[in-house]
Amino acid sequence: MSEPVKFHFDVAGDNFASAGEASVKVKKLLRQLNMDPETIRRVSIAMYEGEINMVIHGNGGSADVYLYPDRVKIVLADTGPGIADVSLAMQEGFSTAKDNVRALGFGAGMGLPNMKRYTDVMEIESEVGKGTTVTMEVFLPGKKPC
Amino acid sequence: MTATQLREALSLQILAEPDPQRDVTGGYAGDLLSWVMGRAQSGDAWVTIMTNRNILAVASLADTACIVVAEDSAVEEDVVALATEKGINLYRSPLATFDLCCRIGSLLGV
Repeated sequence: MSEPVKFHFDVAGDNFASAGEASVKVKKLLRQLNMDPETIRRVSIAMYEGEINMVIHGNGGSADVYLYPDRVKIVLADTGPGIADVSLAMQEGFSTAKDNVRALGFGAGMGLPNMKRYTDVMEIESEVGKGTTVTMEVFLPGKKPC
Repeated sequence: MTATQLREALSLQILAEPDPQRDVTGGYAGDLLSWVMGRAQSGDAWVTIMTNRNILAVASLADTACIVVAEDSAVEEDVVALATEKGINLYRSPLATFDLCCRIGSLLGV
């Protein structure tokens, strides 16, 4: 298999002014590569939600995007507090966001469910006190393995 | 219908209109950003009272045709400048979200 094209971004923690910048950059890059619009939308939305989670909860971290011939892989890693109960966190509407975050329109408990909805593969590795790594994959149209 | 045609039909105030010919194909209303991100469709006119700069990232990534700020909700200058920079149509109206949605729905024949 050929080596993927890789993009790396640092995500600042607790900075809502710049939140989403990495996702917007990735969207631009994918557009320049003439990727189909729906795949770009899925990748952008899933990555933005993950990026916002890193800003709100994870004290920032790193975002790595890999472009393969058949899919886009996104790896978001933070060294935040970790997720105590991943299955609970995956439920729509469940949120631990504080009021100041909710006032900005975040913290609706839709982040992780949206990431799951818009990707073909999503895996969460989390350890309380250590951090969380979310890996997501979006297959290009017609490339998803049966 | 283009963004400009929608703006004219609803007498919306222009805050930023960098993409006037963008096709408006539907509508969505909501203020919770992740909810909007997950449910709004590409080409929607998004009606909201939320005006912080994160709405621009949501509109850009969800690929909505324009943002319509309802009830003359205050919009900071830096958000207006950023909308132009990011190519996001940003309008404002004194009408409430419900009224705007009714009118947008009527215009689009929904």
